[in-house]
Parts: sequence; structure tokens; C-alpha cells
Amino acid sequence: MEQKPTLREISSQIRRDIVRMVNMAGSGHPGGSLSSTDLLTVLFFDQLNHSPKSWRRDGKGKDIFFLSAGHLSPVFYSVLARSGYFPVSELATFRKLGSRLQGHPSIERGLPGVHVASGSLGQGLSVACGAAITKMLNGEKNFIYVLMGDGESEEGQVWEAAMFAAHHKLDRIIAVTDWNGQQIDGPVSKIMNLGNLEAKWNAFGWETSVVDGHNLEAIAEAYRSAKANSGNGKPKMLLMKTEMGQDVDFMQGTHQWHGKAPNKEQTEVALKQLKETLGDF
Amino acid sequence: MNEKYINTGNKDTRSGFGAGLLEAGRKNPEIVALCADLTGSLKMDAFAAEFPERFIQCGIAEANMIGTAAGLAVSGKIPFAGSFAEFVTGRVYDQVRQVVAYSHTNVKICASHAGITLGEDGATHQTMEDTGLMRMLPNLTVINPCDYNQTMAATLAIAEYEGPVYLRFGRPSVPNFTPAGQKFEIGKALTLIEGSDVTIFATGHLVWEAIVAAEILEKEGISAELINIHTIKPLDKKAVLESAAKTGAVVTAEEHLIAGGMGELIAGLLARELPKPVEFVAVDDLFGQSGEPSELMKVYGLDAENIVKAAKKAIGRK
Repeated sequence: MEQKPTLREISSQIRRDIVRMVNMAGSGHPGGSLSSTDLLTVLFFDQLNHSPKSWRRDGKGKDIFFLSAGHLSPVFYSVLARSGYFPVSELATFRKLGSRLQGHPSIERGLPGVHVASGSLGQGLSVACGAAITKMLNGEKNFIYVLMGDGESEEGQVWEAAMFAAHHKLDRIIAVTDWNGQQIDGPVSKIMNLGNLEAKWNAFGWETSVVDGHNLEAIAEAYRSAKANSGNGKPKMLLMKTEMGQDVDFMQGTHQWHGKAPNKEQTEVALKQLKETLGDF
Repeated sequence: MNEKYINTGNKDTRSGFGAGLLEAGRKNPEIVALCADLTGSLKMDAFAAEFPERFIQCGIAEANMIGTAAGLAVSGKIPFAGSFAEFVTGRVYDQVRQVVAYSHTNVKICASHAGITLGEDGATHQTMEDTGLMRMLPNLTVINPCDYNQTMAATLAIAEYEGPVYLRFGRPSVPNFTPAGQKFEIGKALTLIEGSDVTIFATGHLVWEAIVAAEILEKEGISAELINIHTIKPLDKKAVLESAAKTGAVVTAEEHLIAGGMGELIAGLLARELPKPVEFVAVDDLFGQSGEPSELMKVYGLDAENIVKAAKKAIGRK
């Protein structure tokens, strides 16, 4: 019998997908996709209550995941395809004319797994608030997940939503920040310093924890603990400390690869560092 | 001729919205309402009192309100999100664009205090650009009913329609003359008066002014046709083209800028398919100012007198 791939094997394949998709498209956002690969792998392959084959846009009876930072589409699409939402082969159409895999997620062509369009930043947490209220009104005990970038948190709407979620006690929202410290123009601390992000979320009334965003067991434990505390009236923020471009040495820790595609040679170098575990698309 | 259009007493269209929302909420438990600290102004308080758990106070944070409404819609609710027209359009344009229109979410954007008749608060709160902003967005239906009864009917109609809608209404008390309980058909223009010399296409508060104008014209021997364009998008093209073909001259009347308004939409259609002279009764590239609603309508040329002038001008250009 075939052995179930480990989360580490899956995340390695997803990173290969990201590099190859962005290379094939000639554009896209590899840096943040690679930094958020591990936290999304653990969520989709271990923690999320979902059913990829019978996905419904309204998420009835299931957890709902929203990608707020829409430019993380490469990792999002790979995670969805590898989970079985749509054929892995479709990853080759990323950013191509007529594709369901738009540069930033869209619902127009009906890609399973995408509940709402994102790309213009700072809006996903608000949408998550709405879905959480629906679950509350319906008496459904599911969780609403949303992934945001740290740079994205410079948007004022994020803090409107933060206030709202705490006020309405939306304690089944589990928000995740991919805290890689980089944005397009440079390090977040230099471009628009977020200060003490943990204290900010705490001050807004959220249960906040700081997590090693590349330690798979620590990530899983953070999700488990957030779920276990669902009755405490507080929305949850998991600040995942990550590295931009994680696991590809020349992309790691720099904003230079926020929104740039590797060329053929760079792609070959990157793929040598990422083990093919599930078969490339 | 116009005896059938009797003002049964002045009422505000926002109260028509409030009454419609309450009735829609009683009919369908999936309907929820959101407001950004203007519950009384929007007349949403009756709904909030009867369905406290389905009324979601958002505070003064309209961007989040639009996103929250989208999330409610994605997960199966029918959200009515209300504030002043400026604050649910210009202030949150990108949110409406991304998570409502582009995402095809079943959100009803409820815009009160639209136009210059918001009055004394002045130009920061008066929007005469909102119809243009909203009608540019693909997928979005844009509705601007003319009186209390029609606003109530429109509110009930959009509750049953699946898709994003922008519903525009106002603050002041204006004549209430459409029949109570008249079925509201989205996208179907209503011919109020038949005529042969000129067609007046009016929307919102200007419909009553157009009725008055048609009476004045009739006394002067001019036969005006009056069509109520309550749905600006999708425009009832057939009604527009048929009437323009019949009368050969067109006036458009709306409480909005010329830019982006219903008038430009109709003129564009006619330019492409059936060129006819068109005169606009609308505001030409100006912000408003403080004043009483009726004063402002006069000063900015949004009244029966100006519709009459425009009709004569249009006829003269045949």
C-alpha cells in the first residue's frame, strides 16, 4: 500500500509548484508564497474541516478559508489542487488567457476553493467576519480561516475588521498573518513600521500568539489551540514568523522576490533545492 | 390627463426602504441588515428592533461593512448594507468593486440621502456621482425609485433577486403617488404618461417634477411622454428606443451630475442606435452646497420649470 506523504513532503512539492508556475507564467509572487507554504500545508492537509471534491461556495457545514493577500495565489492554487479541489494539471494555466487561475483569485470562472475575489489588500478579514456571523446565526460550529500578509496590515480596513470581530465576539475566526517582514518596496520595518504587532492585536481584543511559521508541529499546535479556545469570545490571530522565499536560498529573506518570476536558470537552481515528492504537474 | 398621479401625501423614500426592509425580513429569515451608525437615518430601526440578532451594527467603518456584507452573502445570507449614498459608493468603491460586483455576491447596497436633497449638511455628504460610479461596475444592478411606495416595492423586489444591487433613495419628504403595492419589475421602465412630441425620461425625485412639467407642457399644447426609469442598469433599451422613435426628441431628468448619469446612458444608446436630440436636466460638473432641499433643486435647475425648458429646446432641435 502506498504510504501517505508527510506534510514536509507535501510542502516541498508545493514549493516546486510555486517556482514552476511563476516561471511558466513569467510573472507572479513567489516570495510570500514560499513563506506561507508551511502554514497553508498544515492547514489544508491536517487541520481544515473541508471536502475538496464536494466544495460549495457557501461553505455550509464546513470550515471556510479566505485568502486575503490575493497575490499569494501561487501557493493557494497549488494547495487547492494538491488537496483535490481541481486537477493538478491546471496549475500550468496560471495567469494565462482564459484560465480559472487568474493572477489574483477570482470567482468569475468558478474555481473550486475560491469563495471571493482578493488582490486589492485588506479586505479578507472583513469577508471572514461576515461568514463567521452566518455560521453563528445558523448555529454551525465551523471555523473561518483567513490568511493575511504583514504588509497588508498597513491597510486601515484590517483594523476596522479587527475591532468588529472583537466587538461581535467572533471567536471562531482564526486569522493568520504571514509575518515575513517584507513588502514590495523593502523591509516592513523601513517602509511602514507595524511596531509591536502582537500588542496591537491584543489591544484590539484578540487572542494572539506568535508561532514559528516553518515548524510544522508548532503550526499544527497553534491551530489546535486556537480551535480549542473557540468558546472564549475572542477572535484568534496567529502571527506566523516566516522567511520570505523560504527554502530557495537566493529568494530567502529579501523583498526582491516579492513579485518577480525566476528565469530558466534560476528556476533550475531553485528546483535542485526542492525535492519532488508527489510528481510535478 | 394626469389625474391618476395624485400626491397622497409627502413621504420620504428612505422610509419606504425601511418599511420594505421590515416586510422583506418578515418574509425571509435569511435577510440580514447592516448599518454603519446611521440606523435612524436609514429607517432601519424597525428591522433592528424586530430582528435584533439579524441586525449587525458595524460602527463608523463602511469599508468593513461592505466586506462583512460580502462574507454574509457568500455564506448564504441576503445582506442589506446601508449608509449615506456617498459612504457606500465613493468611500468604498474598491470594496464594492472587488468583493461585491466582481465577486458576484448577493449584497444589497442601500444608499440613502443620495443627491443634493440631502440638503443642509452640504457637499461633503451630498453625492451626485454615485449612479455613475455604480453603473460602471459590471454585474451591478442600479435602481433609483421615485417615491415612498416605489422604494418599498423596489426593496421587496431586490430581496428576491439574486445578485448585487445598488438601491438609491433620499432624505426629503416628496410626493408619494405611485400605487401602493404595485409590483416592481427590475429593468422594466414604466410609461407614466403617453405623448407624441417629446419623451421625458426621469428617475428618482425628478419623476414627480416631470409629471408637473408634462402638465405645464400640455397646457401649452405640447404632448410629452413620461417614462420612469427606476432601473438605470440594466437600462430598458427597448422602452427608450421605442419612445424616442415615436417622439423624436428626448429630455432626461435626474438628481445627479450629467457625468455618469442616466442621461448620458440614454444619450449613448441613442447615439449608437437612433440619434435624436437629447437635453439633460442634471447638474453640470459642480459640487452642491448647504440649503433646503427644495431651494437646492431650484438653484441647481432640477425642477419642473427646467424640464419644460429642456423639452421645448429638444423639440426645437428636431
